[in-house]
Amino acid sequence: MDDSAVDGNAIGGLLMEVFGAEMTAATGTCAACGSSAQVAELAVYRPRLGTVVRCRTCDNVLMVFVAIHDVTCVDLRGLARLD
Amino acid sequence: MAGTAVRGRLTWRTATVESLVDETARVRTIGLSVPGWAGHLAGQHLDIRLTAEDGYHAEREYSIASAPGEPLAITVERLDDGEVSPYLTEELRPGDQFELRGPVGGYFVWDDADGGPLLLLAGGSGIAPLRCILRRRALAANSVAARLLYSARSRDDVIYRAELDRGWDGVEVIYTLTRRQPPGWTGYARHLDRQMLAEVAWPAADAPLAYVCGPTSFVETVAAGLVSLGYPPGRVKTERFGATGGQ
Repeated sequence: MDDSAVDGNAIGGLLMEVFGAEMTAATGTCAACGSSAQVAELAVYRPRLGTVVRCRTCDNVLMVFVAIHDVTCVDLRGLARLD
Repeated sequence: MAGTAVRGRLTWRTATVESLVDETARVRTIGLSVPGWAGHLAGQHLDIRLTAEDGYHAEREYSIASAPGEPLAITVERLDDGEVSPYLTEELRPGDQFELRGPVGGYFVWDDADGGPLLLLAGGSGIAPLRCILRRRALAANSVAARLLYSARSRDDVIYRAELDRGWDGVEVIYTLTRRQPPGWTGYARHLDRQMLAEVAWPAADAPLAYVCGPTSFVETVAAGLVSLGYPPGRVKTERFGATGGQ
């Protein structure tokens, strides 16, 4: 994880807004490489546009969040599981 | 774990500044009152939202620096190119208000029943949630042994210095001063590395619980070092705040 990344702890509030529950202690499984990690440990990048969450093992994009006029658009296609 | 502190929808609330304490030349602790605040767990953070006159929002996360049950406080380091921290550390006055939501987080938390021994590793302002854990431990009269290894640029950059120098029963505080050391300094004087961890960390056989908070590169080095010393990854809790700040 390079220095421009933070981790999933930082988006606990965003995830609670989207999922309605505490998610940083949940486990995410990468759809590309199959590795699992707690959401708090995933690599999080925040360009101006939104939030990108990547697998720490293979760098696959797991989740993307973009807010447009107070509506948050969510793409979870990179995740095989989130539980 | 106190489920009430982590469950439910988050709402933005108005916080009022109650107190301002300068910790170092760049770091300030902000005491806040928030009507209806339901409490927090040690290690959790707040999301803070500042809104400009034109409606532009800037949001940042800050670890809660006060123990559960104490008046809410955050500790903010000024980043010279920051959008939010210069305002929080220089402009803010008692009575000012801004929006926050929280508490946030269910991973980087420690509570009384989680045990230890505790190994706390701080890089720069990453000390804030670890100080919260130490205060929680002290207020709960928890006797679990704890070691804090704190990497700062110099003595003058040590946040909560007076409190850490007073210390707590059963807590060892070890510094590494990476850039400048006072005359006669006999402690560590380099960036944290595996050798330092091997000297300071509890043996893995003691089933320690580690919390690491600081800049991303600091956390990566420490977490990999602890795992190489036999710590199970699940016993090493990490929180990275990017490239910013000094350690």
